[in-house]
Order: sequence, then C-alpha cells, then structure tokens
Amino acid sequence: MTTAPLDKTLPLGKTGLSHSAIFWIGFCVVIAVLAAAPLVLPEFWRRFLTEVLIWGLLAMSSDLLIGYTGMISFGHSAFFGLGMYGAGAALLLVNPPNLWLAILFGLAGAAGAALFVAYFSTRLRDIYFAITTLIFSQIFYVIIFTWTAVTGGENGLIFTRPHLTIPFIYNARFTTTTMHWFVLAVVTASYLILRRVTQSPFGMVLQSIRENEPRTRAIGYPVARYKMMSVMLSGLFAGLAGVLYAIQNEFAAPNFVYFLTSGDTVIYNVIGGIGTLVGPIVGAGFFQLARELLARLFGDQFPYLIPLGIVFIVMIIFLPQGLLGFARRWLNR
Amino acid sequence: MDAVGHFFHSIPFDLIVIQTVNGIVAGMILALIASGLTLIFGIMDVVNFAHGELFMLGAYVGVIVIAATGNFWLGLVASALIVAILGAAIQIVTLRPLIGRDPLNTILATFGISLVLQNYALWQFGPVSRKIPEPISSHFTLFYLQYPWYRIVIAGLSAAIIGSFWLFLKYSKFGVWIRATAQDRVMAQAMGIPVPWVYTGVFAIGAAMAAASGVLFAPTTGVDHSMGLDWVLKAFIVVVVGGMGNLGGSIAAAIFVSLLESYAAIWMDPSQAVIVSFVVLILTLLFRPTGLFVSTPR
Repeated sequence: MTTAPLDKTLPLGKTGLSHSAIFWIGFCVVIAVLAAAPLVLPEFWRRFLTEVLIWGLLAMSSDLLIGYTGMISFGHSAFFGLGMYGAGAALLLVNPPNLWLAILFGLAGAAGAALFVAYFSTRLRDIYFAITTLIFSQIFYVIIFTWTAVTGGENGLIFTRPHLTIPFIYNARFTTTTMHWFVLAVVTASYLILRRVTQSPFGMVLQSIRENEPRTRAIGYPVARYKMMSVMLSGLFAGLAGVLYAIQNEFAAPNFVYFLTSGDTVIYNVIGGIGTLVGPIVGAGFFQLARELLARLFGDQFPYLIPLGIVFIVMIIFLPQGLLGFARRWLNR
Repeated sequence: MDAVGHFFHSIPFDLIVIQTVNGIVAGMILALIASGLTLIFGIMDVVNFAHGELFMLGAYVGVIVIAATGNFWLGLVASALIVAILGAAIQIVTLRPLIGRDPLNTILATFGISLVLQNYALWQFGPVSRKIPEPISSHFTLFYLQYPWYRIVIAGLSAAIIGSFWLFLKYSKFGVWIRATAQDRVMAQAMGIPVPWVYTGVFAIGAAMAAASGVLFAPTTGVDHSMGLDWVLKAFIVVVVGGMGNLGGSIAAAIFVSLLESYAAIWMDPSQAVIVSFVVLILTLLFRPTGLFVSTPR
C-alpha cells in the first residue's frame, strides 16, 4: 500500500476548483451531515452530538487566544460558567422564560468576567497569563460556590428551558432535534464570525502578537488593547457556549466554573489542533467519544482521564500541531 | 473615650495571637511547596502544574509507609525519596524532550501529568480521605486552646528543610551547578556542566520538597486526591506575589499571604478567606507586576 503525501492527494489546482470553492463545498457537506444527524441518530447520541458542538464552541473560543494570540487561558470555565449563570438568572427572573433574554444575560455575565480577566491578566505574558487566568477563574468559582443566597451554592440553579422563539414568526417547545439545530446554527455562525475575525486586519495583528510581541509593539500597535479585545471576544463566545449548555441541560452548577472545565478546554484544543478553529471542535468530539467508549468498555468508574491524559502528553511531545494540524495553513487561507 | 475603649475591647487579642501562630505554620508549609515550584521555574523555565499532585502523592506514600511501619519520620524520608525518583522519571520522560521548545508546551505537559497523577490517586486510593496520626501528641496551652506542639514542629521542620536546601545551593558542588545553570545555561553547558541532568536533579529536589510538605501537612487534615489543586493554586499566587523564580521572595510571600488569610478567617468563613489572597494577587499585578518582594524591578 502506498500512501502519497497529503498535498498530492488533495485535488488542488488539478480539478480547476479554487481553494475557496473546495473550502465552502466541504463546509456545506459537514454542516449538512451535522444537520441531518439527529434525524438518524438515537436519542442518546443526538444529545451527545449537541453537547460535543457546545464543548466545541467553548474550545473554539479559547482557540482565538491559544492559537491566534498565543496566550494559553486556563480560565475559560469562568466565562462559560458566568454564561450559564447569566442565562439561569434570565430564565428564573423573567416569566415566561425568554430564549433571547437568556442569551443576552449570559453574554453580559461572560463579558463582565472577561473584562475583569482581560484588564488584569493581559498585563502579563506567556506562563504568567496562564496562571493568572487560572487564579481568576478560581475567584469566580469561590464566589459562586459560597454566595449561596444568589447562586444556590453547591446545588446550583435549576430552571426550565425557554421556548424556541423567533419574534412574531415562530414559537414552539424545544425538542432534542430542534435544540440540536439551534445549537448547530449558533456554532456555525460563531465559526464564521471567528473565521472572519481571524482573517481581518485585527486578526492579523493578533497573529503578529503571537509571532513576535515586542516587534508588534515596536511597529506601533497598542498591543495591550488588542490583547484585551482578544480576551473579551474569546470570553463572549465561551459565555455563549455556557448559555447553550444551560439551555440544553436546564441547570447551572458550580462544577462547570471549576478549573476542570478550563482544563478540558485546553485538552480539546491541543488534541484537535490549535490555530484551526475547527480543530478544537474535532478535539472535543474525539475526547467525548473516547470518554464514552472507555466508560462503556470498562464501566463508569474507569478513570478515563488516565489514558486520555497520557494521549494528551504524547501529543504535546510528538504531535504538537494536533489532529488537524496538517491542514492548518489550508484552513486559514 | 468610651468609644476608644470599646474599640480596643472589640479587638480579639487572643484570637489574633492564635491566628498568627496558625498563619505562620500554614505559611511555612506553603513556603516549602512554593520554594520547590519557584526553584523549578527559576532553573528550568517550567511552571510545574503537577506540583500539587506531587504534594498529594507524597502524602499518600506517607500514609502507606506509616501504616506499614508505624514510624512517621521513616514515612517522611521514604516519601521524599520515592517521590523524588518519580519526579526524576517524569522529568526524563516528558519534560526532557521539550527542552528548547516554547515554554507554553511545558505548562501543557505538566498539566497533563497532573491529570494523570490525580486520577491515578483517585482510582488507586478512592475518594475517601485518609488520615495520618500526629507523631507528637502533646499540647501546650494557648489562652483557652490546647495547641498541638506538632504544628510548631511542622513550621520548624519546614524552615529547617528550606534552610538546609539553601546551604546545599550555596556550598555543594551540585548546588553550584544549579546556580550556574540558572545564570547562564549555554555557558554552563560549555563549562562541562551536564545541564539536562541538572534539570532532572532540580525537578527531583522540587518533587521531594513537595512530598515532604505533603507528609508534614497530612496529620492536620486528611489526605485525598484533590488536595493538590488548592495548594498549587496558593503556591502559584505566592510565587507570582513573591516574584517568579525568587526563592526568598516566595518564602516571604508565603508567610505574608498565609498570615493575611488567617487574620481574615477571624471575621469571615475560612472558605471565603482565600479571597484575601486573590486580592493580594490582584493588587500585586496592578502595582508591582514583577513581585512584591523583589528589591529592584527587573
């Protein structure tokens, strides 16, 4: 069996199709498959796929920081959790619960957390940034965990799912299928926005910060402001993922603000391939699937994080580009 | 006049003294953990995410050895040695291939190590916390409290370990190698110092210090698989507040932060008192980002 190098098997230039045509055809195929999936899959896997998309959105948001700005965030659980609790607040306070209000509240919560983290953490670089984001997310965790009167403390908040409404046009109860489509629509829109952002002049400055921060500053770009914008933007999308998760599962719990969520986000990124935007979604899918399969093979008590942690370490040493790393250039063109 | 008198009466002097002692004891343990962390960072440019897990594993090894032999001090020494060997093995397998790569890779790798170790501990020892009996059970009277002598011994032992480590750095051959590598890696290599082995040795020493503090600390609360994260977070705060890679600064910051936390615990719930250390961190980042205890800003 002969395996040709990848760039030769890709029919670039040979078929006369341009790069963008292939990209958009591929994009449409993937979206079509994901949209059709809930019609074929059983209930469990339908929910599973929806959650993978939500985790993928969270991971994609942190890819903007890790992959494009070169700052590793170990604090994305704060944005995700604030999105969850924001959505929960909207759903509990306003009657009847409103979907768009939940999204608005969640984004506001995440933006608040992101502003706080962005203001303080972007003063520091590299490792210092990673540590301070971790510590800041822990501040939010402690506040949420101990402020029982408002957040429900350890038990979290329980609320009911709002209706899927488009004002004046459509109003119906969410089913697992429409929930999946809604999540897919949000994740797809987020992907397109983030892709546009990373290819914009703003995104180019972010990548230049990743490549050489002192030089970017010397050219005259206000690096601190760009970094803060990058953290804010990343936090907003992470908050959006939190809102989706809250609506999907009808609860908000302090566990999701805890460090482990941030850790998982970093793992999705590294496994899938940083700096690709779609890679983190693939990474989330790989991670969740492996976890589910290991639990089915060896029982629920099996410490799935031991083999996955080893895979993670091996990938950092031997395949730091991640699963989709080979396509990084192509995807970003 | 009456108001002033009332104000002085409202200060609980006895509580303040008790909390000062508590704070210094906690600070010395924290200093022992943080000095390993800051050493590894200062020499290798590696932020060791797995440091809390080495602390936790050290405590577990202590639990096992003490249960088998009944001797606390044997457990302390055995735990430090075993975890040092484990640390050296981890460094050789995972961190050595990453020398020369972006330092962010090493923080990710050590994060992976911490995941594996923590879940191994959960799998092996279960979620129920274990207990080590205090090796010294006598107490002395501190106001209305029977204060255990053991806690004072912890503080003294931690100080002794840090002190002897400092002497080791200053006078032993390997200590000179370590300092030379910290100053100029390339030059040290050119002078024939085996830099990769210095790295391994430093990681092993840091691991041993974490393990020792784990065993020392274990009798005061329980040992469980998740104890590492709390301590590594505190140690990170201390290391940032004290100035990264600055040994003296870390020790000063450890005692400073622990004292503040124990004073705060007089008026708040202990679980909320950690917020005080977060506030110290934020203020440090705002006004002295290079660290509170660094004499000249770098």
